[in-house]
Formats: sequence, C-alpha cells, structure tokens
Amino acid sequence: MIELAYTRATDASDAIRRAEGENAKYLGGGTNLVDLMRETVEVPSALVDVTRLWDEIQETDDGGLMIGAAARNTAVAEHPAVRAHYPMLTRAIVAGASAQIRNMATVGGNLLQRTRCTYFYDTDGSRCNKRSPGEGCDAIEGFNRSHAILGASPACVATHPSDMCVALAALDAVVHLRSASGERTVALCDLHTLPGDRPDVETVLAPGELITAVQLPPSNLAARSTYRKVRDRASYAFALVSVAAAIELNGGAIADVRLALGGVAPKPWRAWRAEEALRGGPATEASFLEAADAELADARPLAGNAFKVDLARRTLVAVLQQLTEGARR
Amino acid sequence: MSATDPQTAVPIASEGWTPNAGPDPVLRAKHGLIGAQVSRLDGPLKVRGEVRFAAEYVMDGMVYAALRYSTVARGRITTLDTSAAEAAAGVVLVMTHRNAPRMQPPPLFMTAPKAAGGSSLPVMQDDSIHWNGEPVAVVLAETQEQADHAASLIAVAYESSTPRTFEKARAHPRTPDSLVGQPVEVLVGDAEAALIDAAHFVDLTYRTPRHNHNAIEPHAATLAWDGEDLIVHDASQGVKLHAWTLAQVFGIDEDQVHLTSPYVGGGFGGKTLWSHHLLGAAAAKLAGRPVRVTLSREGVYRLVGGRTNTEQRVAIGADDDGRFTALIHTGLSAMTAHNALAEQFTFPARHMYATETLKTDQQVVDMDMLANSFMRAPGESVGTFALESAIDELAIELDLDPIELRIRNEPETDPSSGLPFSARHLVNAWRAGAERFGWERRAASGRRREGEWLIGTGCASATYPYLRFPGGAARIRLDKTGHATVEVPANDMGMGTSTTQTIVTAERLGLPLERVTVAHGDSSFPGSMLAGGSSQTASIIGAVIAAQRALVEQLLALAGDDSPLVGLTADEVGGRDEGLCELADPTRWDSYSRILERAGRDELTVVAYAADPDETQTYSMHSFGAVFCEVRVNTVTGETRVDRVLGSYDCGRIINPTTAASQFRGGIIMGIGLALMEDTAFDERTARIMNPSLAEYHVPVHMDVPRIEVMWTDIPDPYAPAGARGIGEIGITGVAAAIANAIYNATGRRVRDLPITLDKLL
Repeated sequence: MIELAYTRATDASDAIRRAEGENAKYLGGGTNLVDLMRETVEVPSALVDVTRLWDEIQETDDGGLMIGAAARNTAVAEHPAVRAHYPMLTRAIVAGASAQIRNMATVGGNLLQRTRCTYFYDTDGSRCNKRSPGEGCDAIEGFNRSHAILGASPACVATHPSDMCVALAALDAVVHLRSASGERTVALCDLHTLPGDRPDVETVLAPGELITAVQLPPSNLAARSTYRKVRDRASYAFALVSVAAAIELNGGAIADVRLALGGVAPKPWRAWRAEEALRGGPATEASFLEAADAELADARPLAGNAFKVDLARRTLVAVLQQLTEGARR
Repeated sequence: MSATDPQTAVPIASEGWTPNAGPDPVLRAKHGLIGAQVSRLDGPLKVRGEVRFAAEYVMDGMVYAALRYSTVARGRITTLDTSAAEAAAGVVLVMTHRNAPRMQPPPLFMTAPKAAGGSSLPVMQDDSIHWNGEPVAVVLAETQEQADHAASLIAVAYESSTPRTFEKARAHPRTPDSLVGQPVEVLVGDAEAALIDAAHFVDLTYRTPRHNHNAIEPHAATLAWDGEDLIVHDASQGVKLHAWTLAQVFGIDEDQVHLTSPYVGGGFGGKTLWSHHLLGAAAAKLAGRPVRVTLSREGVYRLVGGRTNTEQRVAIGADDDGRFTALIHTGLSAMTAHNALAEQFTFPARHMYATETLKTDQQVVDMDMLANSFMRAPGESVGTFALESAIDELAIELDLDPIELRIRNEPETDPSSGLPFSARHLVNAWRAGAERFGWERRAASGRRREGEWLIGTGCASATYPYLRFPGGAARIRLDKTGHATVEVPANDMGMGTSTTQTIVTAERLGLPLERVTVAHGDSSFPGSMLAGGSSQTASIIGAVIAAQRALVEQLLALAGDDSPLVGLTADEVGGRDEGLCELADPTRWDSYSRILERAGRDELTVVAYAADPDETQTYSMHSFGAVFCEVRVNTVTGETRVDRVLGSYDCGRIINPTTAASQFRGGIIMGIGLALMEDTAFDERTARIMNPSLAEYHVPVHMDVPRIEVMWTDIPDPYAPAGARGIGEIGITGVAAAIANAIYNATGRRVRDLPITLDKLL
C-alpha cells in the first residue's frame, strides 16, 4: 500500500514544520486533493491538515478584508461584508461546485485547485506534460472543448478551474504566504504561472510554503460588481467562460474598471488590456466590444474550443452592459 | 360496492387465456386498487437501509476484486508482469489470461431465449485486446484497498495498431443480421421515387453521439462456488438470463447457478451480463473463495456497453395537404463484430404515420470498441429525435401546425405490417396535451423575448412498442391465513414493479394489498422474465393470470361438499373479499382461508406458465405520447434552459399513477440529458472514453430539470394483460425532438446533431 502520514497542524509554523523534508501536501477541505489522490494523479507521502488554522474573516483598518486561508468557501460567500462590498466574490463562489463541496472547501485550497483536463486525470491511458513533464500532451489534438484559448503553450492547454480565483484576480487580492524563511505577499494575479515548457509548475509557491490568508484591498467599485459563469448545464459544471467585472462610471465615461476571465486560460485571467482600453472611455457597446477584442487579440483557439473566443467576447460585453445599465439607473 | 354486486367479483381468465381470447377479466374489477395512488411498498425499507444490494452481501472468507483495464483498443499484450502485485500485502490471487480457467464465450442476447451476453468475445482467454478498457488482470485481496493497490502494480505493455475511426469505417458498412429480431429493411412501394415526385419534401441528416450508463448503483456482484454450484448476488435486470448464460460459460446446468437480485439501483438496459460476472466467478473458482466485484464509476464505462452513435437520414415527401407520399428513415450506427445491437432507430417510422410509400433501412460499421448495448428505449430514443425533428421541419416547409400535420397523417392500420392497432389513442393524447399545455398560444419562430432570452415551444410524438416475452411463469403460494405470495423471476430496479404487481394481483384475487407479497429477483423461481423492452409488467401479469386459474381450480377441488362453492368450476367463480364467489350468485362465497382450513392444508402452491404472446402477431401494439416543452435560449451565450415539459401518454391502463408518473418523469429527465448534454467523449485516436465520470459526463442536475407534468389517456388496451402496455422507456422518446423543435421556435436555428450545446447556438 502507499504509505501516507496524516497529521493535523495547530498553527502555521507547526504546519510548515510538519511539512518539511517530505513529499507533503497541505490538506484543506480535500475536495480536489483527495480526488486527485484517488486517481493517483497526486501521490503525497504526507498530508498536513491545515483546516484548524486561521479561518476568520476580518475587516482591515483600511476598509478591506483579511480572509483566513482555512475559511470555508461558504463562510466567505455568506459573509455580510463580502456580500455588501464584493458581491462578485459571493457570486463567483456560489457559481462553483455544490453546497456540500463549498461547505468543505477552503480558500487556500481553492487557490491551488488543479485543472480538470481529462487527459491529466487519465494516469493510466493518456500522456500529460503536467503530470509527467516532457511526456507529451494528448489534449492538444484530442478533446479540448474546455481548454485554454489564452496563455497556453505547446506543452499544455489546460485551464485553471476556479471560479473564486477569477473574482479574486479582478479584486486585486493579495495572497499572504509563510515559509520557514519568513512571510511574504504575492498578488493573486502573480500567484499562478503560465505553463510554458513547465506545465507541472503552476504557482510561484516555494516547496513547503503555506498560504495563510487572502487580503482584499478596499475598493470603490467592487460594490457594483458581478460574476457571470457560462457552462454546459445549469449547475455543477466548470466554466466554459466566466467574467468577473466591476465598473465605476463618471457621467457616461468609465472612471475605473476591473475585469477578469475564467475558463479560458491556465490561470485566472486578469483582462488588463480590456481594462486599459476601457478606462476613461465611453460606456458604450462599441467600446465594450473594442475592449473585448483587445483582450482576445492573442487568443489561440484549438480545434474544439474556437467558440470560446466569441463566447468570451459576448459574455464580457453583456456583463459590462448589465453593470453600466445598473449604474445609470 | 355491495357484496351482492356481481361486478365486484373478478372472473377467472379462461383456460389457456391470451389477450386474443378477450379482455383480461381484471379490467372488470371495481375494487379500486388499480388506478389508486400507491407509494412503493419497499420504499420504507430502502429509506431505512434495510435492503441489501449486490455489493452489500457478506460471505464467509470473501475477498475483494480489482480489475486492471487495457489502455489500447486493438492488439495484444506483450508484457504482463504480475510479480509486484502477487507480492503485495493481502493479495490472494492475480488472474490473467495465463491462469484464468477456460470459459465459453457468453451467448449473445437473442441467440437463445435466455442468452444475456452483451458481447460474445471470450473473456480473458488469450493475450488479444479488442477494446480500450478490456480487463487484462483481476486481483483478489483481503480488502478492496489492497486489491486496488495491487492492481496498480501490474506492469502491462502492448503491441497495438491504430483503431478504426467512424469516418474510416463508414467506407465499409454492412447490413446487420436483424434489428432485435425484426427485419432490417421495410419497403412499401418505391419511396425514393415518390420523394422525387413529392410536391413538398425534406431530406435531412441527424446525428446522435455515444451515451454511457450511469445508474446510481455501479455494477456489482458477490459470487461463490459451492462445489459445482455457483451462487451469485447480482445487480441484474434478468436473473434467469444471467443464470442461464453463466451456466453456458462454465459448462454447468442452469439449475446449478443460484442467482438473486431482489434490489437493483437502476438498470436502464445496462444491468445485463458483462465481463465482471465472468471474471468474478472465474477468480472465485481459482481462489476457492467468495468474491465481491464492484465496478468503480470508471469501471462501468470500461466494461458495460452503452448506446452507440448514429447518423440518420429522414426524408419525407408530402402533398399540398401535408399527406405523406414518402417516408424514408435510414442510417448508420457503429457496433462491433461481437455484439448484436444495431440501435433500431428506424422503428418509429414503421408505425407512426400513414404514408403512400415507406422505406426504412439500417447499416452498421464495425469499430474497435466495447460492444454497444441497450440503453433506455434503444432505437426509439434517438430515432424519434430524427423523425420528429424532420416532421417539424416539414411542418415549417408546409406552413402547417406540427400537431395538425401529425394528425393528418395518423394511420388507420399499421403502415408497415398492415395489422390493426390493438389500441391507438394518440390523437386524444395530442388534443388533451395541447389544451393543458396551452399550445394555441404559441408564437411564430423568434417572436418571444424576455431580456437576453428567446422563448419557444416545441412538440414531438413519443412511441415505444408493446412487448410480452414468451416463457413467463408465476408460482402462487396461498396460505391458510389467506395471504398470497407470488414468485416471479422478475426484477425491480426501482421502478415499482413489485408494488404494481401487488396491486394487480390483489385486485384479481380479491385480496387487500397487505395480503399479497410479490417476490422477485431469484433464479430459482419458475419461468423466465426480463426487465427490458418495457415488457415486464405484461409478462408478469400474463403469468399470474395462468397461475390464478390453476390456483382456483385446485381450491375448488379442495373446497368439498361443505363449501358454498360446491360443484362450481373456475369459469363460474370470481375473486372477491379474500375468497371466491359464484359470479351469478355472489352470495355463494367462501374464503381462501376456510377452504384451506377445511382441507387441512397449511398452504397451496401452484405454478403455471403464461400463454405465448399471440396478441402481437394479431395486432400492432405500441404505446404513444405527445411531448410538449418550452425552452429559453440565451442570445448572448447560447445556453438553453428547459422551462417546462408536459408529456401526454397513451399507454393503456395506468395501474399505479404514483410509480407511473415517476417512470414518465424520469424518462423525460433522461430525454433532457439526451437533448442537451449527454455525450461520451470517445477519443477516436485511441478508442478510449475520456470522460468516465459523473463530473465530466454530464447528465441533468436538479437545476436543469423544470416543472414536468404528465397525463395519460388511461384507456385500457383490450389486447394487453390488465389493459396495460409497458411504460418504462416511452418517457425518454420524443423529448430530444421536442426540445430541438422548441429551440427552433425560439431562435430560428435548427440543430441536427446532439447534444445541443451552447456553441451550436452562438
């Protein structure tokens, strides 16, 4: 049998100590990691349970929020401050998985979800560079309907599956990390890496480094924000395309905007180019389309997912229209 | 009801009764049991967890099986190193083709009355590989975890060649031997010539993908050998068929296989005989230990055949009034050289519409894949998608209401066989359904909009044949307390069979429900039955009718001179009030318990076989329905949501509205999945299924399921036992077309290949 040590950490430094020197994984709700272990995609030798670590949601002095990494997704989605000031985050979380899974899943674990590419899961019968770098990728010429149109590489075309992270990317969230050598912070947008020729590396986390909290800076525009997820059935499916958006108008002009896309890239995709195209411009359908086109100019669709370019454009425009119509009322 | 009202006694069916001899006497019953809403009698037991399923039986010394599946589709095994697995903790046996006992290939379905093989390939008898997912090794261990781990330690390598793709295989189609025993081709006149001459026509191609079984209970069996006898706790839709087929495989007598399957967590055509049965029994024999084999969800995809893909042509020619001058339904499906099911999608066209000329024909292409098999309404589910979409397209071409077009082409007699219909009230179903649904408020295509959503309505016919398999038998044991136990080798996979049969038997014998027990799912019971083809209700009732007559004849013989019934024959009495009475003089009554008591008998047991189903030789027998739905299609994203569905059915008498509504509704939900999401990702490069899980193989979730209304004509079929035709499969038929037609009404977009995912509507 595969030997597996399971221990439960009492605090962050205890967790880091327990994870040292082993092929250890931090275990949150287990809603993804345990599945991956069952499929033998992940074969850790030790699990350090971090669900007893800090799980509070606190308002910060600057008017933002600090969310403990062990906070359950449901707790975040239902928190009054999140609902009032960051509605896109609540919407993103409840758009994912099922109530039971959200009750178990932690914020830290959600950030480290792995792709749902079916070739990645098929350890027995398929090649995957993410599992075995250099082995080849069976998705590029196989079933790739749900795969990336942005940010992929010849080695890997998988998408990041999280809904929550898309909202966090749009909200300029900051991830607090801790390791034996100290603490640091990384912008959520910089946490995940693009595959390049190392699709097995998915984040900037150092070995043993622990996510302790996610910080949301105060935002003037996040109160008018939303998340829209497009998928193959009404619930319990991963996004084909999702859009997290917040916008602030000044008369008919766009004072500020935050946009991120899900389901289209190997990481939660902050739409910097679209934001730049929109900022200061008119809140019209034409400018929304122009912004979407700017963001999608580099899209490289595969045989099975060309529709995503059009779908992302349409969804992005519709979300901006909905938000700006709301703002004008 | 009055005790002296002769209507309250149910006469005994005549000697050798078949429906051709006249309607089932139970149709005269006025006890009120048939047609009353009765919840599943085994529901409380199931909810309390007090019933055991196949994977829950524990046997002394039992070990657990894990299977290792091939990862190539075609070739042979070159390396098979089991040493690490054999050395692993808890391992009792590693079985491969090298040490597996010699087994005969399982006889294929329809090659013998009780043949149940989904595939006729030999199982683990040599190093050859025939499909991606074929088992190459079985590990037995003391725990499931040990077995699973050891199976992962087996090193396998293959010499393989590229599997045939559908596109390549289609260059070499062949005609199958039959379509489930029916002729492959049906021709009436020259339909192709009539199509060319038609004033109006459509000529279209529709495609449907592969589907896989996802019953909530994955396949499982707990098996043990007792000397030369094989004991199997199975998850089965046909206990007698499984027992007989296993007996052929192992070269033993049918009676030496003791197979039970009283509770099954969903069948849908998938709980038939597959290689895990053979491998479990073979490994149990080799190890000398009982074995539990439980397939994982992935295992079900690898070992259990699903619905194959189809490419269908439907062409209809019509005159200016919309009357059909030509109806053509032909096409292709993928199958293998070692199975027998071509997916009979052309069947509905043979019976549904009056037409001057008719042509139906099917071909198949052989692929390197697991044998495809039965899945709810095999043929009709996907066949009605094509046919009923084409009818809608013709209605648009003719600028006619699609219901009116269908009614104008309602046939007087069966268009392919010329036989009269036993009962056909489809027009009633259409009219009642249309009124309830509010069809007349339908808008023209693309005219209804709410925000981003376009709204449309659509309809389609549903149909499924009536079947009653020969060989059905029933044993009735009546005890001196007046309790009747019926034993039939039938199967209740959750649809409510045992409840329904309790109702009909109680009605027939004049007993309250609590004095009837229907036992099922045991191969030691007499006769043979299959919970398939929507045939089982009629098959059981036919057998119980015969057994009741034998019972009554014996009761009258036992009654003696002291009985008020003295001198009466079975033809002169009926069942009422927990006993028998004279039909002509209901005051001459004696109770079952008094008859047995006076005769000094604790119980009386009879066995009788049902008369052969000659009704289907004399009549064209089919169930019908009209399906209506309303959908929304999002103009931004192409997402489709089904807002409501109404099914209006004509299936003869409905015995239990509670379980019947559940069957219809469940079928409709499965139809929503067929229309919008079910799609096996079969990677043609490797012939490997890439979405073997409920996460990636989409079926409807609660939010996809709208309000569903079902209604029925409830007009008894005079040529079906109890007036009832089967209802297990019809619910899925017509639904995909109704949804596709509603999407067209909403958007003006016609989608002819399933599933209708959002990318097809952008």
